[in-house]
Amino acid sequence: MENFDINSLGIALALLGAALAALMAGIGSAIGVGMTGQAAAGVVTENPSMFGKVLILLLLPGTQGIYGLLIAFLTLANIGILGGSGDVSFAQGLLYLAACLPMAFVGLVSAKQQAKAAVASISLVAKRPDQFGKAMIIPAMVETYAVLALLISLLAVANIGSIAI
Amino acid sequence: MAEEYIYAVARIKTRELTLLTQQDIDRLMACKTPAECLRALADKGWDTGGKTAEAVLAAETEKTWALMHELTPDLSPFHVLLYPTDFNNLKAAIKCAVTGAAPHNVFMAGGTVPVQTIQAAVRQNDFSALPDFMAKPAAEAMQVLLRTRDGQRCDTILDRACLTAIRTAGRESQNPLIDGFAELKVAVSDIKIAARARHTGKNRAFLTESLAPCDTLDLDALSEAALKNEQALYEYLSRTDYADGVEPLKAGASAFEKWSDNRQTALVKTIGRQDYFTVAPLLGYVIARQNEIAAVRIILSGKLNGLSDERIRARLREM
Repeated sequence: MENFDINSLGIALALLGAALAALMAGIGSAIGVGMTGQAAAGVVTENPSMFGKVLILLLLPGTQGIYGLLIAFLTLANIGILGGSGDVSFAQGLLYLAACLPMAFVGLVSAKQQAKAAVASISLVAKRPDQFGKAMIIPAMVETYAVLALLISLLAVANIGSIAI
Repeated sequence: MAEEYIYAVARIKTRELTLLTQQDIDRLMACKTPAECLRALADKGWDTGGKTAEAVLAAETEKTWALMHELTPDLSPFHVLLYPTDFNNLKAAIKCAVTGAAPHNVFMAGGTVPVQTIQAAVRQNDFSALPDFMAKPAAEAMQVLLRTRDGQRCDTILDRACLTAIRTAGRESQNPLIDGFAELKVAVSDIKIAARARHTGKNRAFLTESLAPCDTLDLDALSEAALKNEQALYEYLSRTDYADGVEPLKAGASAFEKWSDNRQTALVKTIGRQDYFTVAPLLGYVIARQNEIAAVRIILSGKLNGLSDERIRARLREM
């Protein structure tokens, strides 16, 4: 323990952040697409011609998983796991972890909430196909917050490397 | 779990498009004969081929329950709709057993307890095979009928047990629509009992034995008002959630029945159709189907018996 260098934990913390971003946003999307998938299957069972319209709504909660993957991928690239030095200090590791958290938590929650809105919208489209545009906008509003979280995580992860700590 | 109903609810929301609308009812009303009505119903997807009107309606009811069986393996949320069938069968079985009459077209299919189980329990005078909410009142009603031969008292015991079971099922469901439906059903039945008791001059003991507890009516105050006079009954009701039912109640049993059915439809529209995750839309669909089947029955029998359009329309409920 005498030779333990706390900076060796930096890359582990950064990797934890990347894993959380991919994991939590991915779980949220899996749950969300599972819910919208059931609703879409219900509508298509009764009216197969609705498949095209419900497909778009079905996929909406899947975007958080992609955002999580993007943040995780960028983090892995920046900390050298995908090639490079892998020289990450303890402080930088903590910063990467913190930078990944917005996408991780907002991804999980927004995917589930967006799925609920999308399920309701799928029923709306099933009853009133002419209202597809409005039905799209309702769950898309939830997407705003996932995009904001993505933006913050993206800016933070991309710029941590330039901070000299 | 809410997710269990997402697929079922989406299917039901799509199916709701096939429910009869006011325009469909107007079209049926414009038909001159029951046969013409059946042809119009066939255009809406009803299976009418070579069947009598009653057979068509029975087939549509059967189709609705077959769909529910397909959508959910657990029909317990629908028990509030099925208990009246169980208690009707129980009444019939007890009366047939005590009077020695052969049962003929008295049992209804589709309850929560098989008719054979009810008949066997009554025949053997052993009600342990029945659910608890049926066993005790069944034994009591059987004893009363054997001892007094008073069929009305037997009915009163079983009707109250049925209402109590509906109210309990509503509370246990923890679903706003099922709970609201159960409460409305029990409260409306209590009001009808109180009004009938007033007209027929029944005493307090009858009311105590007949009225089933519910949250929106004070049974002591209702009994007191019913025993006093009609005005007192209307005044009491005008202070409850059922104030808008006072005028229909004054107009007669048929008008009150129509008001309560319309209120039930409004409840379904308010709660059932705004919900996308629970069993409520399924229950709402079954109630809506029952309403449209009832409406078609009114129109067909009205046309068959040569009633005027005005009289038929007066009996129709809101869709």
